[in-house]
Amino acid sequence: MIKITVKLFAQYREGRFKVEQREYQDGISAQEIIDELGVAQALPLGVLMVNSRHEKETYILKEGDIIALFPKVGGG
Amino acid sequence: MSDLIYRINMSNLSFKIEEVPSHWMGLGGRGLTSTIVAEEVDPECHPLGPNNKLVFAPGLLSGTSASNSGRNSCGAKSPLTGGIKESNVGGTSAGIFSKLGIKALIIEGIPADVNSTFYQLHITKNTVEFIPVPELVGKDNYAVLDAMMEKYDKKVAVMSIGRIGEMRMNIANISVKDPSGKLRSHGRGGLGAVMGSKKIKCITVDAESYKEVTIADPEKFKEASKIFTKALQENPISGQGLPAFGTNVLVNILNEAGGLPTRNFREGSWEHAENICGETMAENIKARGGKTTHGCHAGCVIQCSQVYNDKEGKYLTSGFEYETIWALGAHLGIQDLDLIAKMDGLMDDLGVDSIETSVVLGLAVDAGILAYGDGKKAYELLSHDIPNGTPMGRILGSGTHILGKTFGLVRVPTVKGQGIPAYEPRAVKGQGITYATTPMGADHTAGYAVATNILNSGGHVDPLKKEGQVELARNLQIATAAVDSTGMCIFVAFAALDDAKCLPSLIDMINARFGCALTIDDVLNLGKTILRTEHEFNIKAGLGKADDRLPEFMKYEMLPPHNVTWDFTGEEIDEFWNF
Repeated sequence: MIKITVKLFAQYREGRFKVEQREYQDGISAQEIIDELGVAQALPLGVLMVNSRHEKETYILKEGDIIALFPKVGGG
Repeated sequence: MSDLIYRINMSNLSFKIEEVPSHWMGLGGRGLTSTIVAEEVDPECHPLGPNNKLVFAPGLLSGTSASNSGRNSCGAKSPLTGGIKESNVGGTSAGIFSKLGIKALIIEGIPADVNSTFYQLHITKNTVEFIPVPELVGKDNYAVLDAMMEKYDKKVAVMSIGRIGEMRMNIANISVKDPSGKLRSHGRGGLGAVMGSKKIKCITVDAESYKEVTIADPEKFKEASKIFTKALQENPISGQGLPAFGTNVLVNILNEAGGLPTRNFREGSWEHAENICGETMAENIKARGGKTTHGCHAGCVIQCSQVYNDKEGKYLTSGFEYETIWALGAHLGIQDLDLIAKMDGLMDDLGVDSIETSVVLGLAVDAGILAYGDGKKAYELLSHDIPNGTPMGRILGSGTHILGKTFGLVRVPTVKGQGIPAYEPRAVKGQGITYATTPMGADHTAGYAVATNILNSGGHVDPLKKEGQVELARNLQIATAAVDSTGMCIFVAFAALDDAKCLPSLIDMINARFGCALTIDDVLNLGKTILRTEHEFNIKAGLGKADDRLPEFMKYEMLPPHNVTWDFTGEEIDEFWNF
């Protein structure tokens, strides 16, 4: 098992959490975490960051990673 | 009846109403104000002297039923940057200008008597009245607004300056009445100082005698308008994200990406971001009976604005934007979102650019004027020193660049003298190219590379690498210059970047309005021409390649958490103009 910090933002927080430390199986991908949380069902994924860098859903997480999930957001 | 040019001369309080020269016919908004400034203003003139001109022009689609078309453009030579300036605004003025048939308003000269009082200009269909308003001198925007609402029909357009504009400070903006009687701003570049130099306290435009704008092909217009509106509503950003959280949703994503400038651009993330973020703001609004959605102009379907109340449910501010919240928050250190809102509301009333003013207050920490996070002192400087024109207030009111000079500071976040907003150039490199190259000075709206660097709109270009950034910033600046000419809100860009139907429907509306046959290439060529025109003005004004640069400290100071520097060479930046 590996410890991962999961951060959720904007509408993804509703009924869930802002930040949690969670345990996952070794070799888990970002997509599997997205599916497990069900965040992208109502609003598609906008931005995925791991350790403050943009990554793809295929990213395989490592012990201590911080994953951040955002729906499509914008401003300016 | 075709639109006309209203030309006002403040030197002798006269006006002329002129036909539109043929080469201005196809222009509106920024395209028209920048063209007029470039044609008629001596680039070497003093921005506050008799030879500068203040030009207003609604967009090509303003006054029509097209969604989000209510932006009015204002242009002049900027006292802040010394270059050309265009700043556009929501509110009610664009629609009323268009419906009255005003293609552009050009204000020339200054009263010969240096002790002249301030004037109100009241514009109706065929005439301009010059009304001395000594009773409004020393008053701020809401007092002016109240006086005008009492005098005229409630719908009258009002554009005004407060005490700070009267004092011709570089941070002064021009405030514009919005549909709910609150204020919107031609914010950046000190345009309020130019209005103050011409001794104009306010401009009112009659909203009783106008006619609806004429549409050459109403059926085609309706059809295109429907497609355009649908594209805005179906886009996840303009349809859902912006209405729910406003622009302040950006605090967390910039913070997470290491691109939230913190402690005067020393770090890229702030430990207290959660206190001021869009999610917290939306929770407060819901709990206190404010509004999460609110439009700055009639016909807005995005509704990114809001009404933010205090804990007692009393109005604090609206149009509460990410850039202001960032500057008073991460940059200056205030953790109390309610105090930030109170300062934002006060800045509306005072009539100051909430970006320049908040960036300068953050730099004042480095100058030793206040401590990081000292909201009480910041409020005192804003509410007392600046509007009363104390010596300290005058220095702060001169903007970020001059505060830096006055206190011998090296770490001064400006380009062309204008404060850098909200996006760390070292960690959002495409935005850094926009800051360096836009003729406006550091302006995030000029080419919003954050969209593609951080938000995955219009694809993705890695924000931390140099590859692709110059091209990205160039393409965005060209497209933005064109969109700024239509009267459209820049947030239509999110739909335009990701929805193939959006831009063609926008062009179809222009064609249907005027009975012309523009193509996408024509519109992009218009964007290129506008940028070149503005750039040439700046070169003639004395701004060269050395001014297309970011502050030097960004080249040798590494920015955590990514430990990146600004690593573009001058030649690489100058490649921007190769189009």
